Amino acid sequence: MSSSSSPVQLELKAPPYPLDALEPYMSQKTLEFHWGKHHRGYVDNLNKQIVGTDLHGLTLEEIIVKSYNNGNPLPTFNNAAQAWFSIWNHDFFWSSMKPGGGGRPSGLVLELIEREFGSVEALLNEFKQAALTQFGSGWAWLGYKDGKIVVEKTANAVNPLVADYHPLLTVDVWEHAYYLDYQNRRPDFVSTFIENLLSWDAVSERLEEAIAKAA
Amino acid sequence: MTSSSSRVTAQLELKAPPYPLDALEPYMSQKTLEFHWGKHHRGYVDNLNKQIAGTDLDGLTLEEIIVKSYNKGSPLPTFNNAAQAWRPIWNHDFFWSSMKPGGGGRPSGLVLELIEREFGSVEALLNEFKQAALTQFGSGWAWLGYVEGIAVNPSASPEHNKLVVVQTPDAVNPLVLDFYPLLVVDVWEHAYYLDYQNRRPDFVSTFIEKLISWDAVSERLEEAIAQAAHRVFLSSSL
Repeated sequence: MSSSSSPVQLELKAPPYPLDALEPYMSQKTLEFHWGKHHRGYVDNLNKQIVGTDLHGLTLEEIIVKSYNNGNPLPTFNNAAQAWFSIWNHDFFWSSMKPGGGGRPSGLVLELIEREFGSVEALLNEFKQAALTQFGSGWAWLGYKDGKIVVEKTANAVNPLVADYHPLLTVDVWEHAYYLDYQNRRPDFVSTFIENLLSWDAVSERLEEAIAKAA
Repeated sequence: MTSSSSRVTAQLELKAPPYPLDALEPYMSQKTLEFHWGKHHRGYVDNLNKQIAGTDLDGLTLEEIIVKSYNKGSPLPTFNNAAQAWRPIWNHDFFWSSMKPGGGGRPSGLVLELIEREFGSVEALLNEFKQAALTQFGSGWAWLGYVEGIAVNPSASPEHNKLVVVQTPDAVNPLVLDFYPLLVVDVWEHAYYLDYQNRRPDFVSTFIEKLISWDAVSERLEEAIAQAAHRVFLSSSL
């Protein structure tokens, strides 16, 4: 994560690749709007909201957990919660993808997938269904919980940091994520994400971190 | 609004907007209408027809289907799956006819009177409507509606009827509340992304200034008042 424990202002963190690096699967134009306008907008909005409050200086994760307050969002934080969740989700989304992504998982990720779902195909099918059945705006996730890999979907800006599982992967299914390149064809977008963009390296790294934290 | 379905057909039809697909240029492009109406709206109709074929929802009008599925706030399990399919159809029909080529301008007559009484001015009303549209996080709709006073107080008299602005998420739709919709703007991103990308404020301003059909609002208000006078509530009529 980009924020340290002492900055006043959160910074907009760039994706870990140039804006044209995911062509033709996700266009530069999409990145320019999605990262450059939507994601940037959330960061600007949050910075405006926390100036002079006791959220100043917290890391993004601390802000999110504090604002969620175990399911009873505090009134003073409520307005900004969506901006905070959205920033974290988008940072996580960019690094869930890589140029030349797709392919297959290996090592421990593969082992856990096969144990829980039977096959990679079965897992990806469930992930795709979650992405397609998230009505309206939202996200589909792979997560690690109680020693297993799980598939989840969330609406709007809901973010799994406040749930009891460790996120490993996400796909953004707000329409702004795919409308310029795929218009209404969310299924095509999600298939392409799976086949050409998904970073199994990122999933592996995050699984290692999750296991270390859980231990 | 008129429903496209009759009681004897099994299939609901996709109702066309009341103008050609290029008629709202340059404020809403033909390309947007081709996707928004031709793909999204059409998709909802196709999906609903698949779901109701051979069930006891076959042959009902769209409004009947919607109210029956909502079941006064406790959706019936058998209908629950299809609820999301029904509401967007109604919402989109209502959205197309909330707009017209050469729209915008100002309300007049009784609409103007009620606006000024409730909000002080047209500007104040449109500002509140715009704020509702902009603060509906994620997907949803902003509405102007007519509420009867007796919705909140059984002994209210007609002077208590008034205009209100509301926002709803996803496919939630006010047919099941005690209020009569007069106008809606779709703020799902698919409604504006091709023409405005992330600039929802510009889209909503343009909708207000160039697309709103105040004629439709006036007609709907007349119908709402007539219905209210006969104390017909959709939610209790089935």
